[in-house]
Amino acid sequence: MSGNDFFALTPLLLLAGSSVLIMLLIAIKLSHRVIQLGSLLLFTVAFSSLFYIQKLLPYHIDPLLVIDGFSVFIMGLIIFSGLVVNILSYIYFEEKEESPKEYYVLLFLCTLGACVLAVSKHFISLFLGLEILTVGLYALIAYLRVRHHNIEAGIKYLVLAAFSSAFLLFGMALIYLQTGSMEFSIIARSLTSLQSLPPLFLTGLGMMLVGVGFKLAVVPFHMWTADVYQGAPAPVTAFIATASKGGVFAVLFRFFIMIDGFRFKVVMLILICIAVASMIIGNLLAVQQKNVKRILAYSSIAHLGYLLVAFIPGSMMSIKAVSFYLMAYFITTLTAFGIVTVLSNKETDAEDIESYKALFWQHPVLACIFSSALLSLAGIPLTVGFVGKFYILAAGLQAGFWVIALILVISSVIGLYYYLRIITTMFAGQKSILSEGKKANPIFYMVSIIALSALSLLIIWFGVYPSGAMDFMGYFKLK
Amino acid sequence: MILACIIGILMGGGLLALLLGQWNKNLSRWIALCTLLTGFIALVAFWIDQHHADNIHPSTTWMIDYRHDWIPSFGISFHLAIDGLSLLMLVLTFFLGILAVLCSWNDVKERVGFYYFNLLWILAGISGVFMAMDLFLFYFFWEVMLIPMYFLIGIWGSENRVYAAYKFFIFTQASGLLMLLAIIGLYFIHGNNTGIYTFNYFELLGTAISPPIAFWLMMGFMIAFVVKLPIVPFHTWLPDAHSEAPTAGSLILAGLLLKTGAYGILRFVLPLFPEAARELATWAMLFGVIGIIYGAILAYSQTDLKRLVAYTSVSHMGFVILGIFAFNELALQGVVMQLVTHAISTGALFILAGMLKERLHTRDINHMGGLWTQMPQMGAIGMLFAMASLGLPGLGNFIAEFLILLGAFKANIWLTVIATVGLIFSAIYSLRIVQKVFLGPSERPDQVRDFSFREIVVMAALTLSIIWLGLYPQPVINTVKPMINKLEHVFLTGNKSVQKGNHQATPSNAHKYIVKK
Repeated sequence: MSGNDFFALTPLLLLAGSSVLIMLLIAIKLSHRVIQLGSLLLFTVAFSSLFYIQKLLPYHIDPLLVIDGFSVFIMGLIIFSGLVVNILSYIYFEEKEESPKEYYVLLFLCTLGACVLAVSKHFISLFLGLEILTVGLYALIAYLRVRHHNIEAGIKYLVLAAFSSAFLLFGMALIYLQTGSMEFSIIARSLTSLQSLPPLFLTGLGMMLVGVGFKLAVVPFHMWTADVYQGAPAPVTAFIATASKGGVFAVLFRFFIMIDGFRFKVVMLILICIAVASMIIGNLLAVQQKNVKRILAYSSIAHLGYLLVAFIPGSMMSIKAVSFYLMAYFITTLTAFGIVTVLSNKETDAEDIESYKALFWQHPVLACIFSSALLSLAGIPLTVGFVGKFYILAAGLQAGFWVIALILVISSVIGLYYYLRIITTMFAGQKSILSEGKKANPIFYMVSIIALSALSLLIIWFGVYPSGAMDFMGYFKLK
Repeated sequence: MILACIIGILMGGGLLALLLGQWNKNLSRWIALCTLLTGFIALVAFWIDQHHADNIHPSTTWMIDYRHDWIPSFGISFHLAIDGLSLLMLVLTFFLGILAVLCSWNDVKERVGFYYFNLLWILAGISGVFMAMDLFLFYFFWEVMLIPMYFLIGIWGSENRVYAAYKFFIFTQASGLLMLLAIIGLYFIHGNNTGIYTFNYFELLGTAISPPIAFWLMMGFMIAFVVKLPIVPFHTWLPDAHSEAPTAGSLILAGLLLKTGAYGILRFVLPLFPEAARELATWAMLFGVIGIIYGAILAYSQTDLKRLVAYTSVSHMGFVILGIFAFNELALQGVVMQLVTHAISTGALFILAGMLKERLHTRDINHMGGLWTQMPQMGAIGMLFAMASLGLPGLGNFIAEFLILLGAFKANIWLTVIATVGLIFSAIYSLRIVQKVFLGPSERPDQVRDFSFREIVVMAALTLSIIWLGLYPQPVINTVKPMINKLEHVFLTGNKSVQKGNHQATPSNAHKYIVKK
């Protein structure tokens, strides 16, 4: 490895080093505040290192990794969400029974895993990243280990993730058997002359899709989502919903673009079915829910379905649409779960929809932030979610996928119903049953609220003035 | 620039009202009122100015054109322009906006700042809709007005408000998304034909689309507009939303939101898809006539005063659709008149209903009666607007409906004959309002107070304008004449070459007469 290689890998090295540093810091001074601030600083450093490596792009570290505009962008999103989760974690864990110090180590490892996914162009690095991410998540989900829901969620995630990893490995092995390589570009080369996929490859790809489908929680692999979202601590849920899904989606997208999987009818058909089912079933299941975390879980299933609609055409527009929508989804989801985190108290998370009653009159700022996030999820203009949805529709319609676009529209109308229900609850009633703010940590409470306000300003800023971000994404190339 | 300022002033005023409303409730009321008055005076001054200028260049269609790049990678620009129709609707928007502020002056006591914020943002969205000449921007404003309206109904409405707010939002949002699909479809078809990807209205005007696709794209637009208008199978959100909304909300819904649907058809559906629109004409007129009769019958059978007035809107909007699809100048002039006069007369009836509700705490007309003796002023005004609603000569609605029927008669005789029957129904339900509310034996022995000074101001403004429109409608007709003429021109000469010529002429027209403000 040359010096330049190390330079290009700075963000990943920083993240890996941070986890060790934090471990050392725990050994020296066992103070939650110090550790939290330390990791906040390290996250910031890792995030800013992304700007630093811009001039190298695109940079290949053969055969495993590729660092180009798209992967740096995805890494940026992932590290950013790690940063936000880190900020939110303080007030959440400070009053919990569990000592939260190791939590930050795990958070760094998970972020590292997701980032490795974003830069990988080889099955080995893909699997490596995925396992770093998943193993860290087992512990994070079950972090409050004396609580039943947490343990249940942790076990569920453990079993299903191990199961899906097995599928993924077997699929990779089959593809390796067919093509003789695990690197995306060589796989792509061996497919170029073929008109249809050989059965062995198709089986392998199918099994990989099962594995990846579990991680992305698309229908029909979505069963675990609601339970895990509900059981995990709220900041961890935010992390699962954003960073973990974003990393996996990025590598899937890169794989499909590189092998040009979009020209095979069978694969397309499978993806279309998954997208349609995710949009419809995700939204329909959310309608019945009374638990905000579960609602957001099902809505994330639907949003992955929307993302697949932009994914399916596989055009230049797809790359931009997927990038933009991922950004929109990250910002919005972090904001929504951030509010859940801030409103949670010592005993329970603020997950019952009833506990949001009269929030508008009790905490107008929080309610406005939450509304902006929900409206963005629903895709209403003035928010980034609308521009994202517009982008997706444009990408779909450009390739002539009218029916899928129509299904997207119909299912997002269903989605509107439950987002509106939360908003309606927030202005219904006169008296809030939530406690009066976090008196214990007024400074960190303020910091969290400022962070969330900044996020909601981002939601509106990119909703009104998206052209800057769009121009930036115009340069992404995946091949 | 003045156009962007109009939207800016409304949004800014809304924010100011929200922020200052924390300290002083009265302050946000005054801010809202001043914002709207400023805009209104500016627009009326511009209108009068333009009226003089019109005599010099009678062919000017576009009065102001303002354009600024917004999302260049998609060919989206912040493009506002107004012609006579837009100007008229803008004046109407600010006029009704002022009345909406005035009539909720004492009504709203809680969360005043947020209330006026929503009110002004709805008006900003509506103004944007009337000015946007970029299809993306149009959709943007189309949706922007929904959220504050949802809050207005959902927070300050009466008992069943949450249901009504949901229904309103989901109906309009669903239909709006279908329009978005059609807009994006049109964008790509135009882009593939010409290589220029743009949402600019003037560029999209001449797009050559194969007839079946044009039909579906048009239906995408139509569905959004007829839900807003509303036309009969899609009208069910309207009575709920109107009756549950607070008075100002009903006023804006009936007076302005419904008009955006008609405006959309006039501005977008007919010019963009003339061939497809002609094919749809008979069906559209038929549904219009069904709306007229059905709305009137349902209005007659209501006991809730606000629901009754809401159904009369359905009936009156049937005339609008009938007139639009007659495609001739008389009918189109009538449509524009109907938009303005219906906004005033129905708005007045909703305000009256709101005042009665405030005094009697009921909207059930069976619990009213004999109120004339106690409130002679309100009785007289109520009588006047009931007469306006039934189309009494001398009041604005008569001109509107007469012109529409005259124009529609040329297009389709039998449907027009049936539509005329609707006028008889409207006489029946209007007289029933007067009979049940103001005449008959008195239900209540206790004293009910008559108009306050503020209410007199509101009602006087409405009364003067409806009589003015009935006696001297010429300013309105002159203002929209260039736009209507051009629209009629598209349909008179149905062949493609003229359309192309028209398309060529439009943007140059617009730019030639840019008025730098």
